[in-house]
Amino acid sequence: MASSEEDGTVEEKENNNKKRTKSALVTAWLTFYNIAMTAGWLVLAITMMRFYIQRGTHKGLYRSIARTLKFFQTFALVEVGHCAIGIVKTSVIVNGVQVCSRIFMVWFVTNSIRQISTCIICQKIQNEESVILFLVVWTVMEISRYSYYTFSLLHHLPYFIKWARYNFFIVLYPLGVAGELLTIYAALPFVRRSGMYSMRLPNKYNVSFDYYYCLIIVMLSYIPLFPQLYLHMLRQRRRVLHGEVIVEKDE
Amino acid sequence: MKHYEVEILDAKTKDKLCFLDKVEPNATIGEIKSMFHKSHPQWYPARQSIRLDPKGKSLKDEDVLQHLPVGTTATFYFRDLGAQISWVTVFLTEYTGPLVIYLMFYFRVPFIYASKYDFTTSKHWVVHLACMCHSFHYVKRLLETLFVHRFSHGTMPLRNIFKNCTYYWGFAAWMAYYINHPLYTPPIYGEQQIRLALIIFLFCQIGNFSIHIALRNLRPPGSKTRKIPYPTKNPFTWIFLLVSCPNYTYELGSWLGFTLMTQCLPVAFFTLVGFVQMTVWAKGKHRSYLKEFRDYPPLRSPILPFIL
Repeated sequence: MASSEEDGTVEEKENNNKKRTKSALVTAWLTFYNIAMTAGWLVLAITMMRFYIQRGTHKGLYRSIARTLKFFQTFALVEVGHCAIGIVKTSVIVNGVQVCSRIFMVWFVTNSIRQISTCIICQKIQNEESVILFLVVWTVMEISRYSYYTFSLLHHLPYFIKWARYNFFIVLYPLGVAGELLTIYAALPFVRRSGMYSMRLPNKYNVSFDYYYCLIIVMLSYIPLFPQLYLHMLRQRRRVLHGEVIVEKDE
Repeated sequence: MKHYEVEILDAKTKDKLCFLDKVEPNATIGEIKSMFHKSHPQWYPARQSIRLDPKGKSLKDEDVLQHLPVGTTATFYFRDLGAQISWVTVFLTEYTGPLVIYLMFYFRVPFIYASKYDFTTSKHWVVHLACMCHSFHYVKRLLETLFVHRFSHGTMPLRNIFKNCTYYWGFAAWMAYYINHPLYTPPIYGEQQIRLALIIFLFCQIGNFSIHIALRNLRPPGSKTRKIPYPTKNPFTWIFLLVSCPNYTYELGSWLGFTLMTQCLPVAFFTLVGFVQMTVWAKGKHRSYLKEFRDYPPLRSPILPFIL
């Protein structure tokens, strides 16, 4: 009897040790991930600033950072995984929507429609500028966000980082959305003319897809989605900065 | 006979909403809900959730007062489930939509395709066959809702009808648009493919119907009892040996048949989405069978034999 009791407590201790090592590993990985992402976006920011200071123009800027941007923005998919397995407390949907919209912009709009990002003889200069707008917004937001996570994990969070993370978005979110929408809007005539990513009838799959209308639907989807994300951030801000207890609406 | 006193508090604010005295010990929760409804007419019984603990599970309508762990003054907590709508109403609405919508595309009602095609019919016989199969499927569902199914719950939240109808009606329109399109391409392997698809479709329709009948016969009229389903004399029910929810298995089979018949990517997509949803439901049902019945047959899988 006594020996079985002992076994029981030994097993319990073993389980507790396993849990502790697992959470130490998880913390180590998350810290590494957030430091890497902060570094990545800092590199992007510095490259962008150097380009502009050296050349004095933003033409060709996108092309110079395209590969780094694609790498780090795509890598952010990992975060959705973090939410899904529960090591990060954000909802999968909120994070998923944000990451997907970024990846969509990078791979399916700005990347595919090179004319927008590298236009030299450009009647509509605003094409270029909208790209720079959202790039700057993303860079500032991501640096503040990832450094916030990094310092939180290290339990040494300077107040100004917390302040930045929860205040910059108030202005930057709408600006970023404006940049993204303007870019998609500028892309429309190119999409229409080239018929890219589109499929017409007749074909053996009996389906059709018009990328032009898809982009229009994407633009319209900002209308319900953006306010929800924005309000979510505002609620988080009230909770974190002012310690307000928010009672969520019951389902 | 000692009478009980019942007080009902709001689960969130703990306000006293209702006090009932001289309640019979053998009164059911359903009767208490009716009494509560009298003092608060806006909360009809179907939208009341009565529980012993503010965060606990809802009590069933059949639960008897004296068998509950309460003293002679019973305290219950109330939660408003929101506006409710009956399952039958939801089912009838969500199934009538696809039936009508598909036929509108089949008959090429104006403003869908180019005006030169208005009210014409497709020259491919598989399109007529597909229309018959699709319509048969939804007529079958409507008749089953009216005459076969025995529902555990009377109602569901009102917003479900908007969600469900968007899903069914939206997908029906998307599929019907391509199948009945003037530029529709019939299946690559022609008659062989269509014949095989039709056999699969009909087999699974009969199978699905057999399962619905078998499940209905498990439950006497008006009751909400739950029993383990077993194979009957009907060979289509022998799949119960391997699967907990063969109605979903057969449903998947029917739509796979329809996909093969029409060779249409939107149909494949609809089949996939439906499969994901039915798998979630099947896993839930399987889990609750396991929880409720100690002697549940171990060989059974939720939806696909041995796989899922």
